Amino acid sequence: MQTSYSQIHQIRQLLDSKQLSCSELTQKYLDQIEALNPSLNAYVKVTAEKAMETAKAVDRKIADGGHILPLEGIPMTLKDNISTSGIETTCCSKILSGYTPIYDATVWELLQNQNAVLLGKTNMDEFAMGSSCETSCFGGAKNPHNIDCVAGGSSGGGASAVAANLAAFALGSDTGGSIRQPASFCGIVGLKPTYGSVSRYGLIAYASSFDQIGPITTCVEDAALVYDAISLQDSMDSTCRGGSPASHALKDDIKGVKIGIVEEYFDGVRDDVRAQINEAIRVYESLGADIVRFSMPEIKYGLPVYYILACAEASSNLGRYDGIRYGYKTAHYDNINEMVRKTRSEGFGKEVQHRILLGTYVLSAGYYDAYYKKAQNLRGMIVKSFQNAFQNCDVILAPTVPTTAFPCGSAIQDPVETYQTDLCTVPVNIAGLPAVSIPCGFDLKQLPVGLQIIGNSFCEAKILNVAYQFEAAARTSSFQSVNMGVQL
Amino acid sequence: MKYELVSGLETHVELATNTKIFCSCTTEFGGDQNTHCCPICIGLPGTLPKLNQKVVDYAIMAGLATNCEISPISKMDRKNYCYPDLPKAYQISQYDMPLCKNGYIELSNGRKIGITRIHIEEDAGKLVHQRGNTYVDYNRGGVPLIEIVSEPDIRSVEEAREYVEKLQMIMRYIGVSDCKMQEGSLRCDVNISLRPVGQKEFGTRTEIKNMNSFTFMEKAMKYEISRQADLLDSGQPVVQETLRYIVEEDRTESMRGKEDANDYRYFREPDLVTIEVPAEKVEKFRAALPELPDPKRHRYIEQLGLPEPDANLLVKYRKVAEFFEAASDGVKNPKNVANCIIGQIFRRVENEAQKEAFEISIPPEYLRDLVLLLDSGKIKMNLLKSTLEKMLDSGKPASEFISENDLAGIDPDTLKTLCTQALEQNPNAVSDYLGGKEKALKSLLGHVMKNSRGRADAMEAEQLLIALIRS
Repeated sequence: MQTSYSQIHQIRQLLDSKQLSCSELTQKYLDQIEALNPSLNAYVKVTAEKAMETAKAVDRKIADGGHILPLEGIPMTLKDNISTSGIETTCCSKILSGYTPIYDATVWELLQNQNAVLLGKTNMDEFAMGSSCETSCFGGAKNPHNIDCVAGGSSGGGASAVAANLAAFALGSDTGGSIRQPASFCGIVGLKPTYGSVSRYGLIAYASSFDQIGPITTCVEDAALVYDAISLQDSMDSTCRGGSPASHALKDDIKGVKIGIVEEYFDGVRDDVRAQINEAIRVYESLGADIVRFSMPEIKYGLPVYYILACAEASSNLGRYDGIRYGYKTAHYDNINEMVRKTRSEGFGKEVQHRILLGTYVLSAGYYDAYYKKAQNLRGMIVKSFQNAFQNCDVILAPTVPTTAFPCGSAIQDPVETYQTDLCTVPVNIAGLPAVSIPCGFDLKQLPVGLQIIGNSFCEAKILNVAYQFEAAARTSSFQSVNMGVQL
Repeated sequence: MKYELVSGLETHVELATNTKIFCSCTTEFGGDQNTHCCPICIGLPGTLPKLNQKVVDYAIMAGLATNCEISPISKMDRKNYCYPDLPKAYQISQYDMPLCKNGYIELSNGRKIGITRIHIEEDAGKLVHQRGNTYVDYNRGGVPLIEIVSEPDIRSVEEAREYVEKLQMIMRYIGVSDCKMQEGSLRCDVNISLRPVGQKEFGTRTEIKNMNSFTFMEKAMKYEISRQADLLDSGQPVVQETLRYIVEEDRTESMRGKEDANDYRYFREPDLVTIEVPAEKVEKFRAALPELPDPKRHRYIEQLGLPEPDANLLVKYRKVAEFFEAASDGVKNPKNVANCIIGQIFRRVENEAQKEAFEISIPPEYLRDLVLLLDSGKIKMNLLKSTLEKMLDSGKPASEFISENDLAGIDPDTLKTLCTQALEQNPNAVSDYLGGKEKALKSLLGHVMKNSRGRADAMEAEQLLIALIRS
């Protein structure tokens, strides 16, 4: 029997109908990882034994006719900054080498409760700082569409794995675009949920007021399914109140839905990317949506605001890596100050060191007002600007990235230009809003283009519904399906 | 030249909550090293703090008891500095929006010492030096603290001491801390500067860190005052710096100068939400506060007619005051109850800790019943005293020791007979007394008391004896 599967609901059907056992399924994925990971570098750790153990438990449960949960037996992966008890979690940084958490992140606890099958931990930019996955101490993850291009970042490993079907879904984290940008580069779906809808407990912090965990999947329906599974209130995270379910709302008609087009989101967007976004807008018009065009001048401050505030928080969050309690420790030192200094100089990569320095600087006495405080004020303005925008429209449509996946090595050469590629993703993190990136065709080099749909706080159901309608329409239109699937 | 002291205190008080400020680990003092710890209080990557509501409640109570305004909205901030006992490399504290502000404490000389602010924060762990190595014990890490910052209103070492004593008394009264200096649950940083008497501007200040006993605080302040005075007298500047006090050598020593001061890079703690305290909640706490030492003392003096020294002794410890109030309920003259406590009971609870705990063998009702017997004239003071001793020894009520016969008292005729007998049987004592030996009277009185089995009133008997001798 030849069966192609890549989506959770397809796998669910195969497992529930006993066409395929969870052990067989898991083995297929592990084989696929073994075959492709050496070239993709998506996984930094494969947990084969644990995966098979879970798979067998699921098989017993299915055989016993137990109550099967939505993500039961679904092979998946976690970004390497999500704490997994007993499994090394390094943020792809040398400084956390050998660190094995003694507790589980809330999201992982929720998925374990559903018997999701963890295949391993995926590659990322060191401490989620980067847009190419190349600041990883393990080297970058590659783009399955073109192995000479980056998978994007920071959740590059998860996106690469899902796009190449090395996992049915991945959890990533998005601080300035780290789920949406690699999803866009790899031609799949990435949801950055509303700040406070998914627990951050156990997510190793980069910038606490921006970080949010979210799903990377092959389709919108799966994104909704995983989002529903992880968006629960958590007493361990004071900022997390949970979200409202989105799966049930996907098939709603979008006639009359007001879609905002904000001109600032198109500044500096490459022509072939713009062409695909414009095509998407036409699809929405054909579905009966109303297009509303307006300006949000505040958005152009997004990049400096993001880099100042996120680095400030990072400089504090990363202070704890001093070699005293866990992780990397320098070999030779004469005193504690030297030990800490050498440990940090040797343990952190260049990009992380840049951001710690920048963050320390903007918080320092004498500079705080000029940088941190000003950026905080601008953050407030950007929040207000979105509030006003959502008075006039239901969702905002934008490119996810002004470009498509860039060649390996180019991001490292010009970091400032690489920062620019975050232009369209950071405003959402600044305002704490939800946004999803979905594939919308290819550029001239046949690399995937991402369409970003931004909603008001806790309106995941709405943006996923809008995304779903496009996805459904695109299947029958000129948009090519980008999912490759795996042959059984 | 004559100088005036200008001093302000920062007092850290460990709150008596059962669990830590951001996790559910116990706050119990001691314990094996690193056994009162969890991923949150040792700051493992990915953990988040979770504010213990009890800490906010206790801090509100502390604020109300020191006449502070309670901020309806406050927040937590990160104070960033790197030290091995601080596992996150930042302390979660409050910077520009403290929970309480603008309070004061009134001293016995009538001066009010302003309280700038009270904020909540977490304690750090402790370095342990052993076998030539340094280890870190995180048991204390995350124990809740309030920092009480005073205005520079203190003008003498005595005022500083009284200020801290009053803080300690108040915090213990409202039950938010045991304030044990020796265990570090109350510690002070003292800011000191001098200015020529009559000058308005403040001089350059120094700060002495971590005073954990009243004696050392006084000694350190005295040393520092004379050190600064000597400098100023010889025309040298006082350098702004942070000092530690070396107990063994009775001197202060520089820890760091102004230029080495940490830049804490404070910013809002993004992992915690705004702390909102509605006005109704504040009023609820205000209403629930126990009567504080100062108003209590005034009431004892004004309404119960106690002498001031007695009132001071009774209000110093909340449990003593509670015992006194229960024991004097319905009693004609509370002074009698006060005398019993201060005289006889205090002899059995000698040290601070015992008075603080005030665990004595009888409930206050037993003492009240005994004093009521005195009120109604059924027993005399000397019988009350001897009975109280027996009660305290045994933990039993007065009825165990005083018979109906005793309660009948002793009539004047019997007393006269007993006195006459005593004089007849002790002619030597009579002549000694007449020869000027006052003491001889006591032995005569002893006979009367013995033969009356303690029922006679000593005063009456003494007067009668004198009258009989002289007649």
